[in-house]
Amino acid sequence: MSSTTAETGLSSTPSRARAGKPPVAPALKRKRRRELRVALAFLSPWLIGFVLFFAYPLISTVYFSFMHYDGYNPPNFVGTKNWTYVLTENPYFWTAMRNTLWLVLVMVTLRVIFGLGIGMLITKIKTGAGFFRTAFYLPYLAPPVAATIGFAFLLNPGTGPVNHVLGQLGLPQPGWFNDPNWSKPSLVLLALWGIGDLMVIFMAALLDVPTDQYEAANLDGAGPFQRFRYVTLPNIMPIIMFAVVTGVIQTLQYYTQAMVAGQVASGTLSGSGQNYFPGYPNGSTWTVPQLVYNLGFQSNDDIGSACVVSLVLFVLAMAFTSLLMRRRAGLMGDD
Amino acid sequence: MSDTLTLDAATSVAPAPRTAAHRRFVRQRRLNWIAVHSLGIAAALFFLLPFVFLFLTSLMSDDQTLGASIWPQHFEWSNYVNVFKVPGFTDWWKNSIEYSVIGTVLTVASSIPAAYALAKFRFPGRRVAMMAVISMMMLPPQVIIVPMYLLWTNQLHLTGTIWPLVIPMAFGDAFSIFLLRQFLLTIPKEYLDAAKVDGCGEFRTLTRVVLPMIKPAISAVALFQFFYCWNDFFGPQIYLAQNPNAWTVSYGLQTFHSAHHTDWNLTMAATLLVMAPVIIVFFFAQKAFIEGVTLTGVKG
Repeated sequence: MSSTTAETGLSSTPSRARAGKPPVAPALKRKRRRELRVALAFLSPWLIGFVLFFAYPLISTVYFSFMHYDGYNPPNFVGTKNWTYVLTENPYFWTAMRNTLWLVLVMVTLRVIFGLGIGMLITKIKTGAGFFRTAFYLPYLAPPVAATIGFAFLLNPGTGPVNHVLGQLGLPQPGWFNDPNWSKPSLVLLALWGIGDLMVIFMAALLDVPTDQYEAANLDGAGPFQRFRYVTLPNIMPIIMFAVVTGVIQTLQYYTQAMVAGQVASGTLSGSGQNYFPGYPNGSTWTVPQLVYNLGFQSNDDIGSACVVSLVLFVLAMAFTSLLMRRRAGLMGDD
Repeated sequence: MSDTLTLDAATSVAPAPRTAAHRRFVRQRRLNWIAVHSLGIAAALFFLLPFVFLFLTSLMSDDQTLGASIWPQHFEWSNYVNVFKVPGFTDWWKNSIEYSVIGTVLTVASSIPAAYALAKFRFPGRRVAMMAVISMMMLPPQVIIVPMYLLWTNQLHLTGTIWPLVIPMAFGDAFSIFLLRQFLLTIPKEYLDAAKVDGCGEFRTLTRVVLPMIKPAISAVALFQFFYCWNDFFGPQIYLAQNPNAWTVSYGLQTFHSAHHTDWNLTMAATLLVMAPVIIVFFFAQKAFIEGVTLTGVKG
């Protein structure tokens, strides 16, 4: 990847020659070369960053994935041992993969549906629209650690206010973050609380739908459901796709909330020295990024295996990123 | 909101006044209004009640926090004073402010030139460079964390300080570059050409003509980055964990509760205090922020 800049510089002449255009006048050539120099000058800080903080560590991750390395003794080559260890022997890898996949499927789907619903609601509210918009948006701003600790308190099965209220109403009181069957749904609830980002994006998209299309649908006698199905939905489809793909990429990185929720709920909230066992309760909140941290930094400094998990995560993230870079997805803008 | 009004007028063709049909139409609209606003109130409760509960808990006495009552017996405002007596808490604030301010300034300064080049210069490889920016933007931080940590700790010996967190921000941040570029694309080329006719070089065109025009995008990027630094948990966990004096509030907060033996009242006071700066900043810069969020998704 680090060679992109070099290619960038060199590819100009061959591509033009291939196009079979008449030879470029020397003055124009000089101008183009000057433009490239200026562009490189403006891009240079980022190019250095790209090499130092992207290309180098990525190559290094691949290198370490074939090494046995504990961070202290010099690394030695072990072939694909780390890979077979992670994929077949590590007790948490497939648990983490399953949990991450579960979160990707459920959290992204519900967030998009809920975000669209809240976005539609806010475009319909006429009285106190400013108040409602701010209220709906506010939780998105809460720092993840703070929001998670807050939810862990509110949803505490024994002492939290939510279960107190549910109990008084005679409703069942789930174990929330302390019950392996409820821990991931509780994380989804936390994610739905912070729906503000999607609400704003959908709100803007909904207001952009041309009103004459609604008028035309009315003249054809379309009801509210048909208006949504045949006018709203096709118009906002690109934004829905965008929300889905970015949601998937964000959820692949899901880390802070899962880790903090597990720690607070387990009650062994740790100071710097103490170790708590991740994935509480019963491995149900293990996610792939947590496994990188656990293998590389927490348990036994198995840096080689941590890098294997990193690369799995990389492949997954890039597969979805490539969807975003397709022209229709529109992230590249109009070149 | 004018859009929704016209939309509604369009969706329901109003019959002539004072007929039975008109009364039905008026009633229908009133029912709609009630339905929409009831839903709105239900949603607002879902979004706001957690804040209310946290706030009430933060004002309780220590032993009341685990009881059934939701309302504090006495309002212990002193919790908000006592929380600052917890060892390290004031240092964490200082560190968080340092990290957020330095990180934001470096990010903005280093991302503008790259975004400008990607939006306005025609050069070979522009598309590839843009793909690289998007790839960096979407890269989970955990993918490259092991070699980065080894670099900062073994070669540079800077772990336990904020430098591993902020130095990379001096080399452009992919998300900021992306967002600024989206905004720059909307600026007509004529403005830049005019500046050049007047004898401005590229650098002067950027500082004199372009910068004043992209102020909203710059404030959005600055806000996003400030929030990112303030909320960052993973970075401090990797680079600062070994030095409690260097912890930020977002990282320190999770250790809070064990250090204080489940003092939920103080924990909740601290939690709300950590939320406060972000929410205050948001209220002052709401417009720029919302514009920024929209820009990331819609104008692509």
